[in-house]
Amino acid sequence: MNSLLNILWLGLKELRSLLSDAVLVVFVVYAFTLAIYVQATGTSSEVNNASIAFVDEDESALSKELLNAFYPPRFKSPEVISSDEIQSDMDRGRFMFVVVIPPRFEHDLRAGRTPDIQVNIDATAMQQAGIGAGYIKNILNDRIASFLKRTEETGPKPVNLVIRKLFNPNGVSSWFKSVVAIINQITLLTVVLTGAAVIREREHGTLEHLLVMPLTSFEIAMAKVWANGLVILVATAASLLLVVHLVLKVPFAGSVVLWFAGVVLYLFFATALGIFLGTISRSMAQFALLIILVVLVLMLLSGGSTPVESQPKWLQSITYLLPARHFVSFSQIIIYRGGGLGAVWRQFLMVSAVGVGFFVYSLSMFRKSIAVSK
Amino acid sequence: MVSPTSPESPAGGPRGYVVSVQDVTHRYGKAVALDGLSLDVPSGIRVGIVGPDGVGKSTLMALVAGAKKLQQGRITVLDGDIAQARHRREVGPRIAYMPQGLGKNLYLELSVYDNVDFMARLFGLSPEERKLRVPQLLQATGLGKFAERPAGKLSGGMKQKVGLCGALVHDPDLLILDEPTTGVDPLSRRQFWTLIDEIRAGRPGMSVIISTAYMDEAQQWDWIVAMDAGRVLATGTPAELMERSGTTDLEQCFIALLPEEKRKGHKELTIPPRAPGTAELAIEAHGLTRRFGTFVAVDHVTLSIERGEIFGFLGSNGCGKSTTMKMLTGLLPPSEGTAKLFGSSVDAGSMEVRKNLGYMTQAFSLYGELSVQQNLVLHARLYHLPPDKAKARIDELVERFGLGAHLETLAGGLPMGLRQRLSLAVAVLHGPQILILDEPTSGVDPVARDSFWELLIDLSRKQGVTIFVTTHFMNEGMRCDRISLMNAGRVLAADSPQKLIEAKQADSLETAFIAYMEEAIAEKARAEGKEEKDSAPAHEPAAPSHEPPTAPREDRAGMRLRIGRMLAYASNETSQILRDKVRLAFAFIGSALLMLVFGFGITTDVENIRYAALDLDQSPESRAYLEQFSSAKPYFSQTPPAPSAEEALRRLQSDDVSVVLEIPPLFGLNLRRGSGPEVLAQVDGAMTFRGDTVEQYVQGVHARMLRDPASGFQSARAQEYSANLEERYLYNPTFESIYSIVPSVPALLLLLIPAILMTVSIVREKELGSIINFYVTPTGRLEYLLGKQLPYIAIGMANFFILTALALIVFDVPIKGSFLMLIVCTLFYVAATTGIGMVTSTFTGSQVAAVFVTAILTIVPTIQFSGLLQPVSTLQGGAKVVGSIWPATYYMHASLGAFTKGLGAGLLLPDVAFLAVCVPLLLAISVVGLRKQEK
Repeated sequence: MNSLLNILWLGLKELRSLLSDAVLVVFVVYAFTLAIYVQATGTSSEVNNASIAFVDEDESALSKELLNAFYPPRFKSPEVISSDEIQSDMDRGRFMFVVVIPPRFEHDLRAGRTPDIQVNIDATAMQQAGIGAGYIKNILNDRIASFLKRTEETGPKPVNLVIRKLFNPNGVSSWFKSVVAIINQITLLTVVLTGAAVIREREHGTLEHLLVMPLTSFEIAMAKVWANGLVILVATAASLLLVVHLVLKVPFAGSVVLWFAGVVLYLFFATALGIFLGTISRSMAQFALLIILVVLVLMLLSGGSTPVESQPKWLQSITYLLPARHFVSFSQIIIYRGGGLGAVWRQFLMVSAVGVGFFVYSLSMFRKSIAVSK
Repeated sequence: MVSPTSPESPAGGPRGYVVSVQDVTHRYGKAVALDGLSLDVPSGIRVGIVGPDGVGKSTLMALVAGAKKLQQGRITVLDGDIAQARHRREVGPRIAYMPQGLGKNLYLELSVYDNVDFMARLFGLSPEERKLRVPQLLQATGLGKFAERPAGKLSGGMKQKVGLCGALVHDPDLLILDEPTTGVDPLSRRQFWTLIDEIRAGRPGMSVIISTAYMDEAQQWDWIVAMDAGRVLATGTPAELMERSGTTDLEQCFIALLPEEKRKGHKELTIPPRAPGTAELAIEAHGLTRRFGTFVAVDHVTLSIERGEIFGFLGSNGCGKSTTMKMLTGLLPPSEGTAKLFGSSVDAGSMEVRKNLGYMTQAFSLYGELSVQQNLVLHARLYHLPPDKAKARIDELVERFGLGAHLETLAGGLPMGLRQRLSLAVAVLHGPQILILDEPTSGVDPVARDSFWELLIDLSRKQGVTIFVTTHFMNEGMRCDRISLMNAGRVLAADSPQKLIEAKQADSLETAFIAYMEEAIAEKARAEGKEEKDSAPAHEPAAPSHEPPTAPREDRAGMRLRIGRMLAYASNETSQILRDKVRLAFAFIGSALLMLVFGFGITTDVENIRYAALDLDQSPESRAYLEQFSSAKPYFSQTPPAPSAEEALRRLQSDDVSVVLEIPPLFGLNLRRGSGPEVLAQVDGAMTFRGDTVEQYVQGVHARMLRDPASGFQSARAQEYSANLEERYLYNPTFESIYSIVPSVPALLLLLIPAILMTVSIVREKELGSIINFYVTPTGRLEYLLGKQLPYIAIGMANFFILTALALIVFDVPIKGSFLMLIVCTLFYVAATTGIGMVTSTFTGSQVAAVFVTAILTIVPTIQFSGLLQPVSTLQGGAKVVGSIWPATYYMHASLGAFTKGLGAGLLLPDVAFLAVCVPLLLAISVVGLRKQEK
């Protein structure tokens, strides 16, 4: 009972300290509002405004028609260049795509031959190149077919494929990115707040002061966990409601309560990581360097930036141990796919197992570090 | 210029003033540090500036040294206006300044020799002169044996000596020492003053200005300036001042000089004798020992303290006082020995013992961001006082400690004296029987110190509280019932102060202490032969033979000196980073680790898409259709078919599959009839990029099926009137993302890591204080920045070769273009990225802020606008502008060009040219932004 009271009072103190630190408060507010908006609406992996050029050696009505088939916002208005400029322009990165229409193209086509159209793709622009090439193919084929008005003669296809995209029918990338952004901010901010709370207390000498009082290191650490965890939870809820729901209009398919339950489980891991890093670094500056390495790696491997399935198998079995990866996974399931507990219990289990395990480890580290602190 | 006037009569005589201060006011925000101060300091003598912490001594000294920017007023130093940069450049080599704080302007990772040598290089001494001068100085100060030891591993007194060597290396005419002996043991302190006297004997014309918080120390100086609240209280020789105020020592004299309202309530402190106690032991320690590695911090300390006694612990910084206290409080387990409070052991974790204990740490250890009231209430709660009792107790303490007027003030905003009283109030809140106070009065002015002691005496005499207090003020030691003298982890003697003095037939506690220290040293020397005399009193008595200064002055300097200073900074920085394991690991392991994570973890190749079939037809045709997908490896990988639509949806929801192919009933029949049945592909679009790609793949398989005569689904005349689209994947024919990711990552890493390291190296100096060496030496801004930049360019280049090796060996990504040109390009790029770090260092004040600001400022535009995710050619508006001036854009192009695109030297030239323009531009911004004086 006394112990719980201690945790409560120390936690309240922690909240007061945090709220009086204007820089940190501004940082938290920024991270959960503007930063999320910018990340969600910034660069997109969709093909957008792609740069394209044509080498028109046919100069027929058809080739003009094809040129006009590409327009904003998906493509920039195409430029016409000569064939000897292809290489140098692509080398300089002026265009992602260059379409080459050969001489006598329309003529050959009408004669029933199948002339070649060459599509040059800058394959170093991975994300857009593949999808963009697909669009170009479809557009060119459609235009050629409709221009020659021979559609009736091509006859019906034996099988028609209907593709339906579930969970995000229009493929709006901000839906996905906003949630990944929140997840990244939860990881970063929780680690920063808890770690800084540990270091601040140590640098100001107040930690020693607490340790001489009838308090245990467990109580001191738990107070930091609940106070900083609560701040993150409130910020997350506000961000979800204001930025993701109201501004970006991302629908929430599943249960909000279930998702927050998952966030709470994840916070065990994130606060533990903060305490761990705060314990092993000797100063704020070292802590800052460590955070950059650790958090960047966590973000990159969590599956939020590129799919986990694309990682090599051996790496996948390592990232399986990262709670961040399961966090991204269950967030997608709950938020977009509307999955219930039945769909996410495995991820929940894994997050709790690793999170709580690491939490216990961090606490023992924290206790030990206090014992040997000079 | 050296006139042989006797230093005893400075006031008369025609001698000039070395420093003349006229009406100087200095503010930090709203706080006034100096308040219209005017002062003329006679030259050629030892001048002491006395006053407690926070009265403006340090500000005044930094202004005189030219290290701080003058805000208001006029200061003439060595016959010129110190506010003028030209005069500072001219007289800079004639002034030496040692800032406050033990070893503040030293580089703690560097050896003693390197520290002094570095200063000599900054002042332009030639290598031959340095080889002569530096060992000579070290010998004279008794540091010769420790020349190779890192400065961080020296005792406080020795650090101060190193600082002094650094200050004296160029034979200054004006020596400014800011509290050089605070926290230093009495023996080292005496040695330090002897040293100064010897040096002055060799250079009689030299003026010395010293500040101190120890009033007794100032008694032996030629001329005293007593300061309070940013003003001069009085000036004169010590004898004059004491005579004027009718006192016998400087401390009493200082109190008498204070204005009336400050002295209010101050009375001579009287200590009633302690009633002969019950002889019950409150604190007992036996053979208490603590080792850190091989270092013995506390060496067999044995104590017994009676209930109600005031027991003092005297010693210098780092002598083991605080460690002993931590063992007594149970904060630190002893390596050996036992400690007991009221007969019970203090083994860590014993809650009962802690409830009986009040503790005040060395630094102010309450929550500065909470108000006085909140601090008191928090502690009452943590000790579980019942609310009504707590309120009564807090009211009582507030009344007795005089905190009533400040209840709502934030604790961090209180003046030192009040803070210490609040700390004490908190420590006694729960009515402990034992109070342990670690240097409770350092930095507190004499009046406040006396009123603090009144409270302590009251607690001891009236309430029988046992008080254990450490201090390095000798006159506070005199107030204790008993004291123990501590040095280098050992208790030299313990008894009542009077008895200790009598035992050594000394005239004061200080001389007694020195006598005990010398005795211990002699004993140790006898025991161990002649080895290891840490602070040997018998250093070379011959003062450094002062040749007239041969150090070349700035006027005949020119290029050679500038380059010399730049190289001095470069080699200094190199030695520092080589000895800082964390930064070194960040520089090399960090970039390699991130390269591996990016290379393996970031891939846009979508393969092994898990799909399930929902075959509602189960005809040969439906199976044939599905067969096309199961054979499309490695793109699709089959999972067991879904039995129902619900099950299919559930599996899509739980991310078990990404596609469900639904074949409708009667598919086979309709196909045979030619009525074009529809197949529904449900694609998981939650992760948008992946969803788009999966869609393309499904369409691709379907379209191939329709063209392939062997599939049985060939459309009748699909081939006709269509063009053949030939896709040429330039530069990366297999279209694997590794060939584009791996060459792009160095653009990010060679920006992020060198920029952060660079900014930290400068901001660290600001935070730790060693930047003062840049302020007070003739080092120019360009020399400083370039000198610091060179090692980081080298680290950046080393990183480049590591990353390239990883790309070639681990990721098997070959270099197809001009490697030589890429190296040239990298050189300029790293010069530019360290330049970005320099720019951010000009506007960030702490290392933490510098790291985060630099990380955000570099990562965001590099990821968003430099072509990593989205080609620059597709950017628009503001993004395009940023993208086209951001150096990473050009390096990304060059790196991709040289690795994957196979571009030759000529095609990389525009990138090189752009980056080459960035370098001087960023340097120029940094030079403008870098201050040569503290604000």
